[in-house]
Parts: sequence; C-alpha cells; structure tokens
Amino acid sequence: MHELSLSGAIVNTVVKHAGDRRVTVVSLRVGRLRQVVPDTLEFYFGFVAQGTVCEGARLEQELIDARLRCDRCAHEWAIEMPAFWCPACGTSDVSVAGGDEFEVESIEVEEAACTAPR
Amino acid sequence: MHRTKVKIVEEALDANNTIARANREDFDRHGVRVVNFMSAPGAGKTTLLERVAGDLPGVRVGVLEGDVQGSMDADRLASLHVPVTQLNTDPGFGGECHLDANMVRSAMHELPLDEIDLLVIENVGNLVCPAEFRVGEDVRVMVASVTEGEDKPLKYPLMFRTCDLVLINKLDLLPHLDVEVDRLLHNLDAVHPDVERLLVSARTGEGVDEWRTWLTELVASRSGAAV
Repeated sequence: MHELSLSGAIVNTVVKHAGDRRVTVVSLRVGRLRQVVPDTLEFYFGFVAQGTVCEGARLEQELIDARLRCDRCAHEWAIEMPAFWCPACGTSDVSVAGGDEFEVESIEVEEAACTAPR
Repeated sequence: MHRTKVKIVEEALDANNTIARANREDFDRHGVRVVNFMSAPGAGKTTLLERVAGDLPGVRVGVLEGDVQGSMDADRLASLHVPVTQLNTDPGFGGECHLDANMVRSAMHELPLDEIDLLVIENVGNLVCPAEFRVGEDVRVMVASVTEGEDKPLKYPLMFRTCDLVLINKLDLLPHLDVEVDRLLHNLDAVHPDVERLLVSARTGEGVDEWRTWLTELVASRSGAAV
C-alpha cells in the first residue's frame, strides 16, 4: 500500500509545477522494478488529488521494462525474473539500465486564453 | 481556455530523497552511523537488536522504533538501558506501512545524537514499502527468517537488492521446516549476488557474535567522525 505515499509524492511534484493552473493529465514513467501496482496507484491518486489542482486529472502510466547492463562486457538485456548476473560473461557486476524509474514525465494544464485584468 | 503540455521529468520521490540527505548530514555532523533495519513482520528484528544493543564494546547504541501502533518493541528495548525513541506512523487513517525521511526528520530533535555512536532505525515490518523510501541511513540491514520460505528474495527483489547485509534468522527452527538454507542463499544470489549475509539464531545466539562484530566494524569505519 505504498501507492498511497507514492500518490502523495506525485501530487506534490505536480502542484509545484502547475501553480494555480488546473491539471487535466499527469504522465508518469514507472519502472517494472518499482513494485508499483498501476490500478492501485490510479485509485489512490484520485483520492489524494481531491482538493488540489490535480482533482479529476487522468493519470497516464508508461511502464518501463527492466533492463540490465553488464559492467564488464557491456552486454545489455531485458529481464523478466530477478536474476542479476550477465548471461554473456557470467559476472555479477551488473547495473540497472532501466526499470527503476518513478518520475513525473509531463503534465497537461489548462491555461486561460488571456489574462483577465485584476 | 486551452490546454498546454508541460515537460517535467522529475523523480517523484525527489522530495523524500532531499529530506533523507538532510537527515544524513545531521547524523554525519554528530558522527552517528545509521542502520535502516527492515524485515517482514515477525522475522526477529527486535529480538536481534535486544541481543546486541546493550552489549557492543565501545559503541553507544540508540534505537528509533517505528511501529504502526503501540510501544511494545520500544518497551522491550528500553529494559536494556539504551535510549529508545518511539515513532508511531499513524497519521489518522490507519498507520503508514513504512517510515519515510520526513517521519524520521520529525523525530530528529528527540534523538540523543551527542550521546550515541550508532542509531538503529527499526522500520515497520514489511518487505515492500520500506524499500522505496530512504530515511537518511548509511546502510540497510534486513532480516529474512527461514520460516518465511526460500523464495522471498525472488518475490521481493527490491528489498533484497537494496540491502547491505542480510541476516538469515531462526536457524534453530530448520529441523522442523521443509526449507533448505542453500536454496534460500541461491535465490538471494540471483537477486543480489555476493551481498553480505550472516546465518543467525536470535534464540540460541548462533551467529550473534558475528552480527555484533559487523555493527562494531561499521561504527569503526566512520570517516572523519569526531572522536
């Protein structure tokens, strides 16, 4: 249920950039290594967004495959199961090349066509 | 009214990581080494702490006890005469399943940082959520008890992958279980090859000396700390 905390982190990040503009779409990049359940995140996001400029915004989640890179032989491959050793040269000196992202990629906001005089 | 796309590309947990760095700087300034101590509920974190907290030669230990509710663990540890600070994670709707950097920050002023060399932050029992949130630790230690089965590293790779030490606990129960330690270690190596591990039994004391030595050496390895 860390999706609740993660939703709070998303809303805080978006609010910082949106200011007082209403947000219609939030686009996320979520790596498959992050143990995030997309449906659960969407549910909590809708809940946490209430009363903020994100209220009613659609949450778009791009899931990023887990990829590893060998630090010895530079081989790069995708993994389905957690196995952190290089199939090409057998070493365990491997780095995560993709799949641990959890970032707000972009947002869509409503802008007034012209600023009303105050 | 029209709609505009705004490019952001920002790690959503940046705010947590920034606070975690501030915590780490505060700990460093006081020369305190910090362990983020994690496991599933009931794996034996508190018992393994009880075994060593009052008995680390030359090391003054403090404990920050994170629990969803209650002070049972803190009460157990306080009887060892080490300073224990309680941090309940209940914010109003049921209690958080992990500690984050801000919760630890909120307890900072209660921690006796000038009187300790090692702070053990006992996280909420959970193999998923605590792995996501840095709190300002130097190292992460987790307990995996053999009663949890051999497959847990494969099911919770993020937790096992981000640890610096894994304590394999409850070895005394092996005769009663259909669990092979070698298979557990094989799965651990698949997820986190060569991670340090100690085979222990909090109940019989097996491996506890090595656990004590590991913590003592962690404190001794402080660089540039005030003596």
